[in-house]
Amino acid sequence: MRELMYREALREALDEEMARDPTVFIIGEGIAERGGSYKVTEGLLAKYGPKRVRDTPIAEAGMIGVGVGAAIAGARPVVEILYIDFAMLGMDMIVNQAAKFRLMTGGEGRVPFVMRTQGGAGGGVAAQHSQSLEALFYHIPGLRVVMPSTPADAKGLLKYALRQPDPVMFLEHKHLYMTKGMVPDGEHIVEFGRGVIRRAGDDVTIVAWSNMMPRALEAAEILAQQGISAEVIDPRTLVPLDQDMILTSVAKTRRAVIVQEAVRRGGVASDIASIIQEQAFWDLDAPVEIVAGLNIPIPFNLTLEKASVPQVPDIVAAARKSLHLGPLAQAAE
Amino acid sequence: MIQETGRNAPSREVLEKIFRTAWKIRVFETEGIKLYRQGLIRGYFHPYLGQEGIATGVCAGLKEGDYIASTHRGHGHCIAWGADVKKMVAELLQKETGYCKGYGGSMHIADISVGNLGANGIVGAGIPLGVGAALANQIRGSDAVTVTFTSDGASNNGTFMESLNLAAIWDLNFILVIENNQYAVSTSIGESTRETDLYKRGTAIGVESHLVDGNDPVAVYELTRQAAETCRKGKGPVLIEARTYRHMGHHVNDPGKYMPEDKLAYYKARDPVDRARAAFRDMGVATEAEIAAIEAEVSKEFEDAVAFSMASGEVTPAQFREFAVGY
Repeated sequence: MRELMYREALREALDEEMARDPTVFIIGEGIAERGGSYKVTEGLLAKYGPKRVRDTPIAEAGMIGVGVGAAIAGARPVVEILYIDFAMLGMDMIVNQAAKFRLMTGGEGRVPFVMRTQGGAGGGVAAQHSQSLEALFYHIPGLRVVMPSTPADAKGLLKYALRQPDPVMFLEHKHLYMTKGMVPDGEHIVEFGRGVIRRAGDDVTIVAWSNMMPRALEAAEILAQQGISAEVIDPRTLVPLDQDMILTSVAKTRRAVIVQEAVRRGGVASDIASIIQEQAFWDLDAPVEIVAGLNIPIPFNLTLEKASVPQVPDIVAAARKSLHLGPLAQAAE
Repeated sequence: MIQETGRNAPSREVLEKIFRTAWKIRVFETEGIKLYRQGLIRGYFHPYLGQEGIATGVCAGLKEGDYIASTHRGHGHCIAWGADVKKMVAELLQKETGYCKGYGGSMHIADISVGNLGANGIVGAGIPLGVGAALANQIRGSDAVTVTFTSDGASNNGTFMESLNLAAIWDLNFILVIENNQYAVSTSIGESTRETDLYKRGTAIGVESHLVDGNDPVAVYELTRQAAETCRKGKGPVLIEARTYRHMGHHVNDPGKYMPEDKLAYYKARDPVDRARAAFRDMGVATEAEIAAIEAEVSKEFEDAVAFSMASGEVTPAQFREFAVGY
């Protein structure tokens, strides 16, 4: 095991897979010489050359479409989109082309296309650079939606993405690139559809992903000090979703809190809540709680930005509510 | 520049292939429309009638191992690329023996195994997909050429310039063929753009660009052959604007009343299938008996395809639900 930053772990995954498979290539804005805005692709141009590490003009529909076409033709493209907000320019290629190709060809055609991008609020980059848009992709049959929260998962999931046959929306978080964590030595691959229990507990299940995971763990620590034992589950991939892990935990704790940074309306948390009520209604001792962003674009003002997405005390309060305990807001603050 | 016909007469073999292909498309569309009107083919059917010269000429100018990407008006491209008519008809009739097992239909026939990236229901979408295939081939070190068939309608979509520009900066083996049939559904080219010479869009970004009479399959063939050579020398991409006209409306149920009669008559007098036949007869020195034999063979092939399709089954809802697991 070694300690790596999230971005270093991503780079290692790309490096290892490019060395293993000569059809893996990367295109994106400023990813070659500059090494990417978040330094994920640093050094790869020197190592793999300009044929396999290419800068693109600012043309998201074009570059996503070119990636999808290359994947259909049998290559393994990684298209880096600077902000998930910019992926909206390429939605036809993702939704109407990549996601549907397998069905439209009667199962013959596959699209092993990986779009790496990052989302999330933080740092005052305002409404068009701060969104959490996983629900848009989650909604479209045919896409795989991956949201790693740790360096080890970032590496293992990206390596798996480059070996499986379907289009992957690999959604990183801008706040996580500099975070550190232990990464196993040697070949490290994390399959899709397998969640992980980040902290075991008995009283309440907290489901969170991406940058909400560290906050959920912080909340669990505070809850522990209050004598509440929270089990924290990181699904790691939203499609496919490890329903079994969530349902097994809920059967034990009889309470669930789902945390997403994305806006509340039409979110993945709502869908997970519906799965829990459908499959585990009689296990529940309390309504499923959702902690989510406000139904509003992210404002520039840093105080308001913070107010628009879930914070640790929000998660603590939701867990307490599911245990029929008062908010204790005054005490906590 | 306009490419003139007949400067270098193609081989008899090529001329025969061009005629057979153009006729096969004509029969497929004409007979297919009958099946549609009988209610046997459902959904959308965008006939390629009147545009046969382009798919025919382009595909004859490519090699095995090359790639094509098509449009919603894609039957002609499939046939010219050598598709099995049986599997095409079966697809249109929703049968499990069709190219896509009935999951795709007219607008989505593809066959990756032979480099057919597929028809497409989204206008302009085939352009980046084709450029992507060309990029994959460059990275693999293959000299395969990819052609995307597109249209005047698609030329005003953002993907057109974004993708052609990517092909240009990366020197890809890519040929973009604009089938300028002068209508985006029902909106005329003059209403869609101020500069109706669409090939000029290529020259504007440093791409070798040509204009050709799309109703002259031999000219289209010759130009494509040269364009493919240009690409294989590493001097691609190439843009070809092939000017043509539909013989009817946008799809089978569009009477096309907005198409002026005199203009339609002008293009029908320059019918690409008639010209393919004449080229085979005159340049290829073919007899009327040979021509009649080819026409009969093609008709028989279509009849057999219909019989095959009618006898085929459909994917069942239970099989479909199984396919849906984990999609």
